[in-house]
Amino acid sequence: MTEVKDLEALFQARIDAEQKIEPRDWMPEKYRKNLVRQVSQHAHSEVVGMLPEGNWITRAPNLRRKAILLAKVQDEAGHGLYLYSACETLGVTRESTIDDLLSGRAKYSSIFNYPTLTWADIGAIGWLVDGAAIMNQVMLTRTSYGPYARAMVRICKEESFHQRQGYEIMAVLSKGKPEQKAMAQDALNRWWWPSLMMFGPHDSESAHTAESMKWKIKRESNDELRQKFIDRTVQQAEVIGLTVPDPDLKWNEERGHYDHGEIDWKEFWNVVEGNGPCNHERMKARITAHENGRWVREAAAAHASKKTKKKQAA
Amino acid sequence: MSDNPNNWPLWEVFIQSKRGLEHKHVGSLHAADAEMAIENARDVYTRRQEGNSIWVVKAEHIHASLPEDAESLFDPADDKVYRHPTFYTMPEGAKYI
Repeated sequence: MTEVKDLEALFQARIDAEQKIEPRDWMPEKYRKNLVRQVSQHAHSEVVGMLPEGNWITRAPNLRRKAILLAKVQDEAGHGLYLYSACETLGVTRESTIDDLLSGRAKYSSIFNYPTLTWADIGAIGWLVDGAAIMNQVMLTRTSYGPYARAMVRICKEESFHQRQGYEIMAVLSKGKPEQKAMAQDALNRWWWPSLMMFGPHDSESAHTAESMKWKIKRESNDELRQKFIDRTVQQAEVIGLTVPDPDLKWNEERGHYDHGEIDWKEFWNVVEGNGPCNHERMKARITAHENGRWVREAAAAHASKKTKKKQAA
Repeated sequence: MSDNPNNWPLWEVFIQSKRGLEHKHVGSLHAADAEMAIENARDVYTRRQEGNSIWVVKAEHIHASLPEDAESLFDPADDKVYRHPTFYTMPEGAKYI
C-alpha cells in the first residue's frame, strides 16, 4: 500500500510538471473539496447570472438585440451545465450541488445581486461583468484539474461574443442622444466597482489563494487579474467617450499599470453575506424555477421508465 | 448515483464535427432517456454548428482503466521501438520509402 505522504508527493510532482489531474487519479481530499467549492460556485454563478439579463429579453430595443440577448442567456445556461458536469466528476451528485445553492449553503458570484435598471445595464454587464469573468476564465483554461480546464476552453470560445455585444451596446448608446449617453455613463458608474469586486479580496486577505496557487487550480492571483482588467478596460472606456468612476485612477508610468482607488470592501462583504439589493429576489427565482420544474422532471422519469418496461416486455 | 428515481441518469456525449471525422467526447449531461439526451446534447454542445452527428452513452456503461494500473497496463509497448518506422536504416539513395 502506498503511503498517503508518497501519494501526495506524486500528486504535487504531477502538478509541478504541468500534468493535468483526471477524475480517477488520487488527489488530496482538500484539493477535491476546494475544487468542488470553486467549480460549483462557478456553475451557480452562470445559472443565477441568467436572471439579471433575462429581465431584459422581452424589453430589448429591437429584434437584433433581442436575438443576441437570448443567445447569450442560452450560452450561460450551457456554461452552467459544463461546470456542473465537471463538478460531478469529483464525486458529488448533481442533486446535492443544486441543493447547496437552493439552501444557501453554496455561494454564487455577488455581481448578480445587483439590479439591471436600464437597457444600458445589459451593455455594462456584457462589457464589464463578462469582461472580468473572461480574465478569470482564460486563466482557468490552464487549471490543473482536467475536466475543469476542458470546460473552461469551451466556455472561453463562446464568451468573447458576450463581451463584444455588451461593448457594442455601450458604444452605440454613447454615440446616441445626450440622454442615451447619460444612461450608458450611469450604467458604467453603477457596474464598475462591483465588477472590480468580482476578482475577490486582495491577495493578502484571500482565504484560498495560497493553496489554490500551489495546486495550480488558480494560476494568477486576484489582484493580478484585477489589474489586468483595469488596464484593458480604461482604454476601452476612453474609446467610446465614457469616464471610469474612480477619481484616483491614474496611469503609473513606473509600474506600467493604472493605479486605482480603494474598493469598498464593506459593500463587498455585505453583498456576500446576503444583504445586496437582489440576493433574496435571485434565490427566490431559483427556488421557484426548481419547484415549478419538479413535475417535468418526474413526468420525464416516469415516461422513460414506462418506455423501458414496454421494450423489455416486447 | 442518487437513489431518487426521479433523478435523470448521466450520459456522456460524443460529437462528430464533420463527416469522415471521429466522434469525440465533449462532456456529459443528465436526461431521462436517450432521445432526450440527444436533444439536450444538440442544445448544449452544438449551438455553433459544431456537430454533424451525436452519440450518447449512459455513463454507467463506460468501463475505464485505472490510473494506478497504467504502468503495468501499458508496459508491453515500452520496449518495442521497432514498431516505429524511424527504427529502420534505409540504404543510401533509396527513394519513396
